Amino acid sequence: MAYALQQLINGVALGMIYGLIAVGYTMVYGIIGMINFAHGDIFMVGAFVSLISFVLLTTGGWGAGPGAILLVLLVSMAVTALYGWSVERVAYRPLRGSFRLAPLISAIGMSIVLQNYVQVAQGARAKPIESVVTGSVELWHGNGFAVSISTMQALIVVVTLAVLAIFTWLVTKTSLGRAMRACEQDRKMAGLLGIDTDRTISITFVIGAALAAVAGTMYLLRYGVVHFSDGFLVGVKAFTAAVFGGIGSLPGAVLGGLLIGLIETFWSAYFSVQYKDVATFVILVITLVFMPTGLLGRAEVEKV
Amino acid sequence: MSGAAIPHEGGVPHNDDGVPDPGEMGGIPRQAAPPAPRPPLSHALRDAGIAALVAAGLFVPLVGLRTDVASSGGGLIIRTRWADVAILVALVFGGRLLLNLWETLRPERRPRSARNTALLLRVGTWVAPALLIFALTFPALPGTTRYGLDLGILVLTYVMLGWGLNIVVGLAGLLDLGYVAFYAVGAYSYALLSTGFGWSFWVCLPLAGILAAFWGVLLGFPVLRLRGDYLAIVTLAFGEIIRIVLINWVSLTGGPNGVSGIPRPSFFGLSFSAGGGPGSFSDFFGLEPSPTHRVVFLYYLILALALLTNWVTLRLRRQPLGRAWEALREDEIACRALGINVTNTKLTAFAIGAMFGGFAGAFFATRQAFISPESFTFIESAIILAIVVLGGLGSQLGVALAALVMIGGFEAFRDLEEWRMLVFGGAMVVIMVWRPRGLVSTRTPSISLGKRKAISGDLVGEGHG
Repeated sequence: MAYALQQLINGVALGMIYGLIAVGYTMVYGIIGMINFAHGDIFMVGAFVSLISFVLLTTGGWGAGPGAILLVLLVSMAVTALYGWSVERVAYRPLRGSFRLAPLISAIGMSIVLQNYVQVAQGARAKPIESVVTGSVELWHGNGFAVSISTMQALIVVVTLAVLAIFTWLVTKTSLGRAMRACEQDRKMAGLLGIDTDRTISITFVIGAALAAVAGTMYLLRYGVVHFSDGFLVGVKAFTAAVFGGIGSLPGAVLGGLLIGLIETFWSAYFSVQYKDVATFVILVITLVFMPTGLLGRAEVEKV
Repeated sequence: MSGAAIPHEGGVPHNDDGVPDPGEMGGIPRQAAPPAPRPPLSHALRDAGIAALVAAGLFVPLVGLRTDVASSGGGLIIRTRWADVAILVALVFGGRLLLNLWETLRPERRPRSARNTALLLRVGTWVAPALLIFALTFPALPGTTRYGLDLGILVLTYVMLGWGLNIVVGLAGLLDLGYVAFYAVGAYSYALLSTGFGWSFWVCLPLAGILAAFWGVLLGFPVLRLRGDYLAIVTLAFGEIIRIVLINWVSLTGGPNGVSGIPRPSFFGLSFSAGGGPGSFSDFFGLEPSPTHRVVFLYYLILALALLTNWVTLRLRRQPLGRAWEALREDEIACRALGINVTNTKLTAFAIGAMFGGFAGAFFATRQAFISPESFTFIESAIILAIVVLGGLGSQLGVALAALVMIGGFEAFRDLEEWRMLVFGGAMVVIMVWRPRGLVSTRTPSISLGKRKAISGDLVGEGHG
């Protein structure tokens, strides 16, 4: 019981990270109907920018308090958003309105570019940092097993919820969010009504990348190490989360992320660690085959 | 459906001005900017300046500040590289400026005339036989080195994989991102059957194809209902599942260590042993024993396999099955209405595509004599799909050319190690932006009334899943 509770906490913390990335996938899919294959690598770039900022801060002697973490988060979000914007501008925008496979191939190419760019620029070795957030709180002590939530896990949950709250406000209450939703429903019509669709799509990529940067920072803080190829698998899992929750649905992405995180954690805890990725992929396949709209997605009406 | 190739300039307003391009490959071949109110040079300069600014924002943190693990202790230290950043930013500025100037100065783009297309088509009919003759005579040409032969084998392997995937993606319009799974099934089938039971290559080759086809059907079944991107992501998941199982099922596959000591194929029972003892190829034909014989043999083997793939594809395209594939790609609902069994049509596409993947896999195993799960990562699937799309979906010649360009180019940058993957990915983006329909963007219709005419790739459906 205690063990299960501990896994629950671990799973939620992991799921939050997936959820943050999944939001980026689901937004882009909703608005231009393409899988942004490079999004997982954008996440990795975010983690690297955080890493560099942390190292800068510690060598500069500014320590690693809450202020430092916030600063790192903001820097990482800004730089990663710039990457997200540039990727869209260079690789996707010229292909808008082109045939469906073209942006997908371009996205795969961009994913390869980002991975190898970081490898060339930052080296092929995994980069570790000292743990910045330490300590944990013991919640419950039951038959020889202590259930604890580490400060880091609490931080992940708090930051994620805060970021998602801001983001939800942005999408539901601001005129920018309205433009985004309008583009999602009918891009051409939105354009005719005076919405700058290109700009709206760019902003979607920027927001998605910023959220991925938050996820990257949290990932770095939680695991203390980042490698240039980390983006792919995390990206595929986050995409699974987006599909699981119902692609195009923002609450669905977070829910899907949480569920994937939980399933992965429980699978590793009770069955086998080696096959934990298989578990995720099997869920993906089962969801898509039996419930293609996901948990919270809208059914797609097919017009002839 | 296929007529819906709406030119993307219409409808949605674009803002070409004001939004700079940060990268060096953003040459957007759209109509020239509307008559600029500003003098073009200053505008171009301003735009390039913004691009340079963005580039600085991109490169300063990741290129300018390099983290390294300190030799003393485990911490990271930062090394600054401002010179590299400056060079990169200058490159972006210069590239963007040139692009801008070219956009404003170049003559207006005219649609390609019909005569031009006809000329291209005539050249096309001439290129394919020339390539074939070159491929056939390549090992005999003076100046062909052992390295050249190895490269030829590699390119031909990808040509074969591309043609195999072309059946699934180009003809049936099913987007498959896990094609490497069937390649892996073929390779492991041969490796395990030959090392476990001592079966020869020629017995295992059809078996590998059949097993891969079987897996194709097995994986095809659950995804029959899926379309487009969903299908892509599920096939990707299947590819990864197979790879993870290969890594973890140590008792059967050897896990990450792979299978080694895979026997080499024989030439009608004659082995290619280096010593040239009795019963060997060199002994039988009275030749000087040479390791080149085996390489040449492998070269012709993969050439034959690839040509078999091509031949089967071309034949199938004229048969009801192939026509059903293409009809399925164009409009699935119409297919149903016309009484085509969509399930069988899709499954045969998966199965036949997978079978050729399996053949290629068996060849890969026998050529390498060692296989491990590392050879079957997602990036391989992506490369094969890229070859098919970059070559031009459904165009046999295009796929062959793309394999030659991509794999040959990839090998040409061998000295550059980690840079070449960067160039490779960049090339994928650039070719897509430059020619979204692939290198060969005209198609020959499978059936036509009277004279065969080339049609633009834009008119060919891309499938819905």
